[in-house]
Amino acid sequence: MSILISKETKVLVQGITGATGLFHTQQAIKYGTNIVAGVTPFKGGTQVEGVPIFNTVKEAVNETKANVSVIYVPPQFAADAIMEAADAGMELVICITEGIPVLDMVKVKAYLKDRKTRLIGPNCPGVITPDECKIGIMPGYIHKKGHVGVVSRSGTLTYEAVHQLSTRGIGQSTAVGIGGDPINGTDFIDVLKMFNEDDDTYAVVMIGEIGGSAEEEAAYWIKENMTKPVVAFIGGKTAPPSKRMGHAGAVISGGKGKASDKIATLEECGVLVAPTPDSMGETLVKALKNNNIFEKCLV
Amino acid sequence: MNIHEYQAKNIMKKYNIPVPNGVHALTVEDALKAAKSMESAVVAVKAQIHAGGRGKAGGVKIAKSLEEVESAAKNILGATLVTPQTGPEGKVVNQLLIEQGLDIEKEYYLSFIVDRSTSGVVIIGSAEGGMDIEEVAEHSPEKVFKEVIDTSVGLQEFQVRRLLFNIGIPKEAFKEASMLVINMYKLFMDNDCNIVEINPLVLTGDKRIIALDAKISFDSNSLYRHKDLLELRDLTEEDPREIEASKHDLSYISLTGNIGCMVNGAGLAMATMDMIDYYGGSPANFLDVGGGATKEKVTEAFKILLSDSNVKGILVNIFGGIMKCDIIAEGVVAAAKELDLKVPLVVRLEGTNVELGKKILSESGLDLIAASSLAEGASKIVKLVNDKAVM
Repeated sequence: MSILISKETKVLVQGITGATGLFHTQQAIKYGTNIVAGVTPFKGGTQVEGVPIFNTVKEAVNETKANVSVIYVPPQFAADAIMEAADAGMELVICITEGIPVLDMVKVKAYLKDRKTRLIGPNCPGVITPDECKIGIMPGYIHKKGHVGVVSRSGTLTYEAVHQLSTRGIGQSTAVGIGGDPINGTDFIDVLKMFNEDDDTYAVVMIGEIGGSAEEEAAYWIKENMTKPVVAFIGGKTAPPSKRMGHAGAVISGGKGKASDKIATLEECGVLVAPTPDSMGETLVKALKNNNIFEKCLV
Repeated sequence: MNIHEYQAKNIMKKYNIPVPNGVHALTVEDALKAAKSMESAVVAVKAQIHAGGRGKAGGVKIAKSLEEVESAAKNILGATLVTPQTGPEGKVVNQLLIEQGLDIEKEYYLSFIVDRSTSGVVIIGSAEGGMDIEEVAEHSPEKVFKEVIDTSVGLQEFQVRRLLFNIGIPKEAFKEASMLVINMYKLFMDNDCNIVEINPLVLTGDKRIIALDAKISFDSNSLYRHKDLLELRDLTEEDPREIEASKHDLSYISLTGNIGCMVNGAGLAMATMDMIDYYGGSPANFLDVGGGATKEKVTEAFKILLSDSNVKGILVNIFGGIMKCDIIAEGVVAAAKELDLKVPLVVRLEGTNVELGKKILSESGLDLIAASSLAEGASKIVKLVNDKAVM
């Protein structure tokens, strides 16, 4: 088992003929991801990498039964692409695109409210279930199939965490990038819930950063509900206030969203927090040993 | 993107939001001329910088004569204001706003923001005008009122009424205040704002409602569809290195330390700064070179780092995913040679083609230090920079 995606997943790529979409489609196919369709308006009827292209998501779904979509279209068209995928009944939409206007995301969130579609992202690296399905821009080879779930607001910091796990012989069930934007489709709690219910996930690494209060809310949720050990890292201890640190959502505003407050709340709620980004792997090992599941997590 | 108060008020005027009579002035002479034209007993001389907290820092003066206008304008123009939002280095004042004084009876707070927790647009109002709203929210949360707007149907009249009753707008000014809130919402949505704030909103002796101060910030991601707003950008308010970086599609932020950082990915870039701090060093910047860095981009990044005279050492930290380590290594070597690098350089490479990358670095003949983990890289550069400082 895993969460969100598996070898059964049939993937549709929106924006498959653009440079980014095409490159990552090739990488995903190489990894073994089942890419069944692409969508680029006016390119319907053609093919790339043996994948049939359609003009609309609806048509692609009807023809191929794709159930998960990944979006690589430019920011000015991304909100529309998410809504098109939701309208076509897609179960899951993973939006990689960075730089979507925030009011477009407000509109998207309202549109998705009464629909069954789950959105991951935007501005995220994607989702990977090692050895089964890779959707997004992460390097596949650093991952190992296993039992630790990873959820993160940052891309490269996720790779850093996964690398620290894999080199210690600890595999991952699924790694989920929820994205660095202030308004996103799926938050920490949504993913923690899924990991909590997944029989194949024994522990979770959660990577947060400055800005907003998603980490604090997750901490309280963990305290009340989580039956598996969670370790965390929060980036941005040294970030100055009122400056956006690359991610649109990574900003300390009005004294709120500081790393120190997030770390304090997580610790109060029983989450082991890695003191440095280099010790995420070690901190997880410690938590696994404390819970007598270290051996079980080795692969 | 932030703009000045006078620019924000010009936009408000277009949306029929009442603002005081005011004139933008760049010189003391202009300020005097503006004050004369107002035929008002009291005039406000206001520094125009992209930061709040100007009043307490001496950037806003009330003048009761032309002599006072002159001395206030002389004092403020060219002065460096240090407020909680400017950082310790402060901001130099190059522009003024001269405004007619008002007979103020009461002050309120009003703003529209994009709210992360509800993923929507929210109005915030309070009867505690002229104060720092975050402080009010912290100490007396019962005095802060919110209305969450369902943007698919827009702002509703009952929400406007409820907010205005909550903050205690008197009956005589209710209609005017309602129009102002509705127009503020329109301004916010039309222009893709991050924030539209009026603090204080004032009730005058003759029961008029006027925006005494104004702050507007736009969502940078949406500026492609608001080309007219780009004209309002004031580059003198921005860090020159940040402007240069943005030209090369690099995400850079100046900090006050002495270790330059070059990293791929925003999260890892922040984590690298934290790691330097953990070992007792101090980062000079945040720099995310992005996922598709080329040799040219790496060279530009190095140029920007080295243009900061505080930089006494550089740490490169790359987790090559899609970005290959050998490409980065070539970029680092080319940049170091081209720029005749004099400060210590530590490079930590990990990920795709890492062995090839390390080989390129070691065969380059450059005096650089390789590190195999983030901790090793950070501790090495901190030691090199600190040892050098002692010598």
